[in-house]
Amino acid sequence: MMGKLSIQDLEKISQRVRKTTLLREGAGRAKITVHMGTCGIAAGARKIMSTLLDEFEKRTLEDVILTSSGCAGLCSREPMVTVELQGETPVKYVDLTPKKISRILSEHILGGRVVEEYALAKGSERLY
Amino acid sequence: MESGSIMNEHPTNRYRLHLMLCAGTACVSTQSFKIKEILEKELKKQGLDREVLVVMTGCNGFCAVGPVMTVMPDGIFYHSLTEDGIPYLVEEHFLKGRPVERLMFTPPAEDVGIPKIMDIDFFSRQTLIVLRNRGLIDPEKIDEYIARDGYQALAKALTKMSPEDIIDEIKHSGLRGRGGAGFPTGLKWEFCRKSPGEIKYIICNADEGDPGAYMDRSIIESDPHAVLEGMLIGARAIGAEEGFVYIRAEYPLATKRLEIAIGQAREYGLVGAHIFDTDFSFDIHIKQGAGAFVCGEETSLIASIEGRPPEPRQRPPFPAQAGLWGKPTNINNVETWANVPSIINRGAAWFARIGTEKSKGTKVFSLVGKINNTGLVEVPMGIALKEIIYDIGGGIPGGKKFKAVQTGGPSGGCIPARLIDLPVDYERLTEAGSIMGSGGMIVMDEDTCIVDVAKYFIEFTSDESCGKCSTCREGSSALLEILEKICMGEGEEDDLELLEEISYATKDASMCGLGQTLPNPVLSTLRYFRDEYEVHVRERKCPAKACKALITFHIDEETCRGCGICARNCPEKAISGERRAPHKIDPDKCIKCGICLESCRVFGIGAVVVE
Repeated sequence: MMGKLSIQDLEKISQRVRKTTLLREGAGRAKITVHMGTCGIAAGARKIMSTLLDEFEKRTLEDVILTSSGCAGLCSREPMVTVELQGETPVKYVDLTPKKISRILSEHILGGRVVEEYALAKGSERLY
Repeated sequence: MESGSIMNEHPTNRYRLHLMLCAGTACVSTQSFKIKEILEKELKKQGLDREVLVVMTGCNGFCAVGPVMTVMPDGIFYHSLTEDGIPYLVEEHFLKGRPVERLMFTPPAEDVGIPKIMDIDFFSRQTLIVLRNRGLIDPEKIDEYIARDGYQALAKALTKMSPEDIIDEIKHSGLRGRGGAGFPTGLKWEFCRKSPGEIKYIICNADEGDPGAYMDRSIIESDPHAVLEGMLIGARAIGAEEGFVYIRAEYPLATKRLEIAIGQAREYGLVGAHIFDTDFSFDIHIKQGAGAFVCGEETSLIASIEGRPPEPRQRPPFPAQAGLWGKPTNINNVETWANVPSIINRGAAWFARIGTEKSKGTKVFSLVGKINNTGLVEVPMGIALKEIIYDIGGGIPGGKKFKAVQTGGPSGGCIPARLIDLPVDYERLTEAGSIMGSGGMIVMDEDTCIVDVAKYFIEFTSDESCGKCSTCREGSSALLEILEKICMGEGEEDDLELLEEISYATKDASMCGLGQTLPNPVLSTLRYFRDEYEVHVRERKCPAKACKALITFHIDEETCRGCGICARNCPEKAISGERRAPHKIDPDKCIKCGICLESCRVFGIGAVVVE
């Protein structure tokens, strides 16, 4: 087992555990929503989700929230995700494959550049 | 060091959702562990077990609607979970991303569920210092506490502050004892520090005895390390190397979590010799009490730890001079200790900004009785009673009228509805004839008989009086006898003055807090509800229709349709009548249980009348 903690160890433990518990604070620099309606799942949204989860682990992404929601309404273009960087307009990506989502992760979420060729449109529906 | 972590099994960050499922005593009793099992089974079935993590947390506070669960990061709040509902929930929300509306909380006056926890008044109107980690960490994992700045205050106190600095910080914060009396904590620590002696002790009083109060239990259950860290800092300030947590044996879950917390802290060297390689060493023990109310009193508690019968003794000497085994001892309540780390971390000035002139910080209350949102709430000092009862508590069930609230348990008093705007702090509650106490709040509606309430509390204290002082022992039984008489309709005109006379004698001549405060429920109800006592005595009637000896049940012939539902439900077969003809209650057989009234009301007839 381990020995006694030093004050520096507190910080190390804190940083390590925070990676996993940050999720509970509901705050993140970016949020990816995978649309997981029946249509999305049928078109392969599960694969998109697991690709993202694998990438998250590989790259130890700490400040990106991954969540799911229902069908986005455009069932013919599933799998779809919505990417929201803090303070920017949400972007919807369509007809995704694991390869495409990895590129979106690198370029848009990490690099801040929208991958125009996969994007459907910027913005979301207005809510009343 | 990294490899040596206790949390080797700690989840990776693959998880996209954390399901924060409440495992406080109330939710455990409504089967939250069974819910966990089924959740995990269903997640596995849907192939989500590597994406969605179930985390068991301490008490979330909203005990009325347990088991409760918050889905993070979105903060979707689900309540009243049942085993049958889980497969649907897992498929809809966790697989397909569609939150399930019928499991969301719907406030009594509305018809649409509120998805997010922070939009629910019960939560959004609270201010969390003591309970800041509730629902956010697994209380059985020290690493999760550390990730929320845990033990940083201890590090600061040991390396950057002298014991005097710590005491000054606590003094300036204005923190006062949360156990009942409200004595300034910093001053208490200073007395003990200045008391001569090599060996000193600190004690955490977790002998929460007020009926309906469970603040301390929940604090320990949801964040045991906060209490422990507070004690470590206090021990450093006072110069103690050994401490005790005196906890009642009726709190098995709290005791277990505390044992786990102490064990983990010991493994990390946060309890033991030379903590953080300083000259400060500290060890801690748990002492289980048998749950006698008088053990909440400091000198009785000390006697109980020493293995003697729990009887209070004359003060002075105060425990700060001669306490446990005759050594200088400092006792604070669970909630007081749990405030300490935040004060050290964020500073006295930050803490003192919250609250009123003389009452700083927050207070945790357990909100029980005739209230929609039964639960545990933490609010800033000075908040209006109205906000606690209506905005957070959701008001009175069944559209009934609010009558009074009892604060401070058996030592406290009843505050009537007309004082609903009263700001809740030590001074204002005392002025109103009650006390802050440890934080129990029992809400009463128009169907509650105020004499019956006073009788209930006196019954409790007369039972719990240790018997050492005759005024407490005999005074409480004399009070009880008179109150019983009044409830039976045998009260006499001068009984009310006699109640007051005995109350003052008991207050004046009893040695410890139990006897000194036990008459408060009688005095405060006499102060605000004397007319209700008088109706009992003069008219032999109970206005709330609660005292059985003073009410009769009968059936209104005009209204009764002869459906026979009351007769079928009557356990004494006291109701008779022809089908479709008015029924009658035989007063000799009637035990006034009220079942007929209820069944008649449920069917919307309302022919049974109480007078």
